[in-house]
Amino acid sequence: MGIKLTIDGKEVEAKNGATILQTARDYGIYIPTLCDNPALEPYGGCRLCLVEVEGMPKPTTSCTTPITEGMKVKTVTPQVERLRKTVIELLLSDHPNDCMTCERAGDCKLQEFAYFYGLRSNRFYGKRRQYTKQDGNPFLERNMDKCILCGQCVRVCNEVQGVGAIDIAYRGFDAKVCPSFENDLNCEFCGQCVSVCPTGALTGRIWSKKGRTIGIKEVETTCSYCGCGCQLNLHVRGNEIARVSSKPDNHNEGWLCVKGRFGYEFITSPDRLTTPLIKRDGKFTEATWDEAISYVAERFKKIIADNGPDAMAGLSSARCTNEENFLFQKFMRAVVGTNNVDHCARL
Amino acid sequence: MEKAKTEIIVGMGTCGITAGAADIYALAAESAKTKGLDVRLSSTSCIGMCHSEVLVDVVTPGFARVTYGNVTKEAIEEIISSHVAANVPVAKYVIAQMPSYGKTYDDIPIFGQMPYMNKQERVVLSNCGFIDPLSIEDYISKGGYEAVKKVIGGGDPKAAIEIIKASGLRGRGGAGFPTGLKWEFCNKAVSDKKYIICNADEGDPGAFMDRSVLEGDPHAIIEGMLIAGFSIGASYGYVYCRAEYPLAISNLKVAIKEAHERNFLGDNVLNSGFKFNIKIKEGAGAFVCGEETALIASIEGLRGMPRAKPPFPAQKGLWGKPTVINNVETLANIPRIIVKGADWFSSFGTEKSKGTKVFALAGKINRGGLIEIPMGITLREIIYDIGGGIPNDRAFKAVQTGGPSGGCLTAAMLDTPVDYESIAKAGSIVGSGGMIVMDEDDCMVNIAKYFLEFTQSESCGKCTPCRIGTKRLYEILERITEGKGRKGDLELLEELSEDIRLASLCGLGQTAPNPILSTLRNFRDEYVAHIEEKRCPAAVCKPLITFTIIEKSCTGCMACARACPTSAITGERKKPHFITSEKCIKCGSCFDVCKFKSVLKK
Ligand SMILES: Cc1cc2nc3c(=O)[nH]c(=O)nc-3n(C[C@H](O)[C@H](O)[C@H](O)COP(=O)(O)O)c2cc1C
Ligand code: SF4
Ligand code: SF4
Ligand code: SF4
Ligand code: SF4
Ligand code: SF4
Ligand code: SF4
Ligand code: FES
Ligand code: FES
Repeated sequence: MGIKLTIDGKEVEAKNGATILQTARDYGIYIPTLCDNPALEPYGGCRLCLVEVEGMPKPTTSCTTPITEGMKVKTVTPQVERLRKTVIELLLSDHPNDCMTCERAGDCKLQEFAYFYGLRSNRFYGKRRQYTKQDGNPFLERNMDKCILCGQCVRVCNEVQGVGAIDIAYRGFDAKVCPSFENDLNCEFCGQCVSVCPTGALTGRIWSKKGRTIGIKEVETTCSYCGCGCQLNLHVRGNEIARVSSKPDNHNEGWLCVKGRFGYEFITSPDRLTTPLIKRDGKFTEATWDEAISYVAERFKKIIADNGPDAMAGLSSARCTNEENFLFQKFMRAVVGTNNVDHCARL
Repeated sequence: MEKAKTEIIVGMGTCGITAGAADIYALAAESAKTKGLDVRLSSTSCIGMCHSEVLVDVVTPGFARVTYGNVTKEAIEEIISSHVAANVPVAKYVIAQMPSYGKTYDDIPIFGQMPYMNKQERVVLSNCGFIDPLSIEDYISKGGYEAVKKVIGGGDPKAAIEIIKASGLRGRGGAGFPTGLKWEFCNKAVSDKKYIICNADEGDPGAFMDRSVLEGDPHAIIEGMLIAGFSIGASYGYVYCRAEYPLAISNLKVAIKEAHERNFLGDNVLNSGFKFNIKIKEGAGAFVCGEETALIASIEGLRGMPRAKPPFPAQKGLWGKPTVINNVETLANIPRIIVKGADWFSSFGTEKSKGTKVFALAGKINRGGLIEIPMGITLREIIYDIGGGIPNDRAFKAVQTGGPSGGCLTAAMLDTPVDYESIAKAGSIVGSGGMIVMDEDDCMVNIAKYFLEFTQSESCGKCTPCRIGTKRLYEILERITEGKGRKGDLELLEELSEDIRLASLCGLGQTAPNPILSTLRNFRDEYVAHIEEKRCPAAVCKPLITFTIIEKSCTGCMACARACPTSAITGERKKPHFITSEKCIKCGSCFDVCKFKSVLKK
């Protein structure tokens, strides 16, 4: 039996333990958020998701408040709208407001809220965090002056990746997400943090100046690096990959590893082989697939004929799927006739 | 039987040590030795009279205990030669005597009848300054651990909860939540493990009652935690204490060890089968770590950041288990209530605020220090009778209660009874018990700025309104005190304050605007003077004041010219002097040195 409540006058029902925000989302009721991520533990930091609940003396954050029977929730009131606007204004008062040249423009939640609340001017101004020292790691661009301290990167790194490479240091206005002792980031570089960042604070180094939203086409594909076969969402401009993301509704739940996310430079590498090569007269020459496969089959047959099938051995790869690996061992055993078959990941 | 010796007791709380008590102690030992006097020299903790440190007490067997204040090196010599050697108290250093020890001396005021003492009621502080905190025997001799025996001996965990509920005790950590009720919630929670935490973070600047109790009466905290643990079903307790309190921590460590040796703590407390152990967790001294969910995170080894409630700690606290968090002063009340009864406790105080409350009286006050009052006496009684009024005949202006989370109360509110409801109605909070007195020389804008500087730097940074909002509040106040305030600033302060109060995650942010809101409410004209007239009425805000010399009364003594660090003052001997304002850095030295009040600060 679910718990019944009303949100904006609409009767809704959800499981015990659900939050107001989860319930609202299930019913397609929009509540603005900056720090919430359905895949992560609730945080309650940004204070954008404040709603009014009848009987509560003050607005409460919908992302952290569990639903109770008969609760009456209002997601849009003059008071919460005013508070949300103040929160965005405060965030912008400590922000470079650099959208012109920011990698994230057009796909940035902060920019989007500034737009929806029509914040051309700001009641607040004052000191701004300005960090000059650049993190020297090879993969991630960390612009901490654009960070809104939503804590999603910290949580994803702990809860999903299990690495704990970053946390919040310092207090108050000076609070800052950083690796221990503010060293350069030295982690798995999975980029999970980048994928959850709502602003331009975290981006991929190789994504720089490759295009934002205009002219970008999204292409879904499968990562070829390993048997997991994560679903990639390539953001392509012209014939070049601008950046890589992944959708949360796929089997890898939107998470990738460093190779899938950043390791795509081989695609346009001049060293990349695009046709098979056969060594003729001591020199590699281009060949067709038919030529190459026939050549290999011929050589295999000769080795088996001359020295028996056990002169052959097969080593399969972690980049292959289970099905491919199955086929491979079947091929070695049934076609070649040897049990000499192994797999790189067995070590 | 050993012949009773004359006792010399030196106050060695943190305040005493800061005032030089360790030297006095050593000197007393040496001096007694060279004079061949057989004395018992011991130390005790802070009695609360911090305005008179170093304090030394002398007890000649059979005679009243005599307290000396402001004891210097010369004074201790004299006290030993006269009082210790010949039983003749040294009148000029005497504060008072305590007749309960024996025969009184003539012409020495009685301790309990001094204006400082006779409006106080010492429950929580009853042992502070009277027992040796490092001696469990001293504590036991004052009835210590009787309460634990009674509660554990009775065998019913709910019995103590009922007594505490009936007593009306409310948490002394700031929120004033009924303690018995909190215990009852936790008692009812079903779990394999529960915890009791003593909150000794004491982050309110100016408050130090928790430190004093831990230093001076650590066994009372252990006993309070034992009773709480037994009542809620916890066999483990944590004391979360800031590392800046080394003496409190070391005294508590000794006390825990002694309690173990006597089987008050351990795997089988008093052979009852009840298991209870206490661990001390040293915190880094962040104000926000006093907030209960941040405190729990800190004990768990995480960054001290609050989280949203519910779930409340009584449901899901330390390591996810039901947990009660109580303040030091709250816990120190427990054994006394158990022994003397709920009726005794509720005989102090008002309708809804029972018992006593300890306050740290500071600021512009003659007798600052720790005081303990029955709830319900007025601010006027505290400030004028106990505190001895404002120094140098200056006029009282306001008193800030509740520290950075509280507000200021004005002269018109001096007859407000000090209890949770009345203080709240007057626009402030009782809080953890800081009480800072301000006089006419204090600028209220500057005071608000002082508190905001504190809160914005102590914000944990988790939520937007507090992290950025309090910074912006501080910056607005800063520009007002610099004479750069603009029209609309006051409205902006009010709007932002309201939004921070409503939108912040934890109590720190929710209450941070209070000092601004209350000064704006009570002293708006001071803000207006800063902004519109570029004038600081109390002559505190440097950029807004000028120093000039009053020609008529200047004697030409040259004292100011000698004191001026920038040679801004010129003039011939015996002729009126003159300040070149371009050179003046407004240090105030000339104002301070002029004996003829001829420097005008405006
Ligand atoms: C910012 C902040 C700081 C606090 N600091 C303290 C503290 O230093 N000591 C304390 O006992 N309570 C402090 N509290 C209150 C605690 O959260 C909690 O209410 C209290 O420890 C409960 O104990 P009590 O019921 O015995 O008062 C603080 C609360 C907030 C919001
Ligand atoms: S992070 Fe967003 S708001 Fe900030 S500069 Fe970039 S696009 Fe603009
Ligand atoms: S790249 Fe991955 S491991 Fe590194 S900080 Fe981000 S989430 Fe953590
Ligand atoms: S870096 Fe991005 S994800 Fe991390 S806290 Fe800042 S804004 Fe949030
Ligand atoms: S290499 Fe990484 S991104 Fe690619 S499929 Fe494997 S785990 Fe996924
Ligand atoms: S109100 Fe302040 S101290 Fe409390 S959680 Fe928010 S930022 Fe941290
Ligand atoms: S205030 Fe200081 S700098 Fe100015 S005239 Fe007086 S002594 Fe000199
Ligand atoms: S989404 Fe709820 S506080 Fe950020
Ligand atoms: S800015 Fe492109 S993903 Fe963060």
